[in-house]
Amino acid sequence: MKATKDLPNEKTDNHKAAADERTIFGFWVYLMTDLLMFAGLFAAYAVLHNNTFGGPTTHELFNLPFALAETLILLTSSFTCGLGMLAAHKNKKNHVLAWFAVTFLLGLAFLGLELSEFSKLVSEGNTWQRNAFLSSFFTLVATHGLHITVGLLWMSICMGAVWFRGLTPGITRKLTLLSMFWHFLDIVWIFIFTVVYLMGVM
Amino acid sequence: MHKNATTKSYIVGFLLSIVLTLAAYFLVANHLLADKILLTSILGLAVVQLMIQLLFFLHLGKEKKPRWNLMILISFVGIILIIVVGSIIITSHLNYNMMPKDMGQYMLQEEGMQK
Repeated sequence: MKATKDLPNEKTDNHKAAADERTIFGFWVYLMTDLLMFAGLFAAYAVLHNNTFGGPTTHELFNLPFALAETLILLTSSFTCGLGMLAAHKNKKNHVLAWFAVTFLLGLAFLGLELSEFSKLVSEGNTWQRNAFLSSFFTLVATHGLHITVGLLWMSICMGAVWFRGLTPGITRKLTLLSMFWHFLDIVWIFIFTVVYLMGVM
Repeated sequence: MHKNATTKSYIVGFLLSIVLTLAAYFLVANHLLADKILLTSILGLAVVQLMIQLLFFLHLGKEKKPRWNLMILISFVGIILIIVVGSIIITSHLNYNMMPKDMGQYMLQEEGMQK
């Protein structure tokens, strides 16, 4: 009797799991199209980074220790985001909130560092209007920064939902998508760090 | 993609990523290698770090068959390589071929144009 009673439940659970997998796959496809946009921006930067029109070159503009600090902060936030996801699968609400709060603060620190770099460049007259190199640099790095900003907004909304409604299956699924987005942004940053900063100073 | 994750996989991925980032940084900061080898090695380190984060943070290796996530990633990587490498090759050839002196000679020789 008990076995037959369990059967329908099991079936709906399987349906839910399949639906979750479809959602995750759809989001993965979105991430890949986003990656395609970044590839276009990387191609533009690779083609234009020597066209300085008499302005400062990559060698004179970039500060490597500063970029390393940004990289390590974002990498750590990707790690704490993963730990937050683990806590979500173990249904530990307070751990989820704590890890995502750490992730949020690290993301905010990254964004602050990036904006301070931008404001330093602009105050020295090296705006995106100066030459093709700076146009492509600002477009590439600021598009990543914009993604980080959207990610932070999304994270604060998710944290509010966890705080008020707890870890329902729907919210856990949203957290999964958010964490995929965040890991993806860290992966894009590895290539910005390598192609823009390391190769620029080399 | 996340159900089978463990704390250990995140710690391993995090430590490996830090080591690879610092390795690339010190190679460039101290200029330990010749230019071409240095370029290849830091790009190589970035690709290794990409794979490590895909495996340990996004758990691409633990996907059930058929591996749609992996397949679509591979197809997009193909498109991305065509866009990025293609742009770089085309533009370097374009810059070479658009040099005014070469262009004048080219038109005289190949197109039979007279001044």
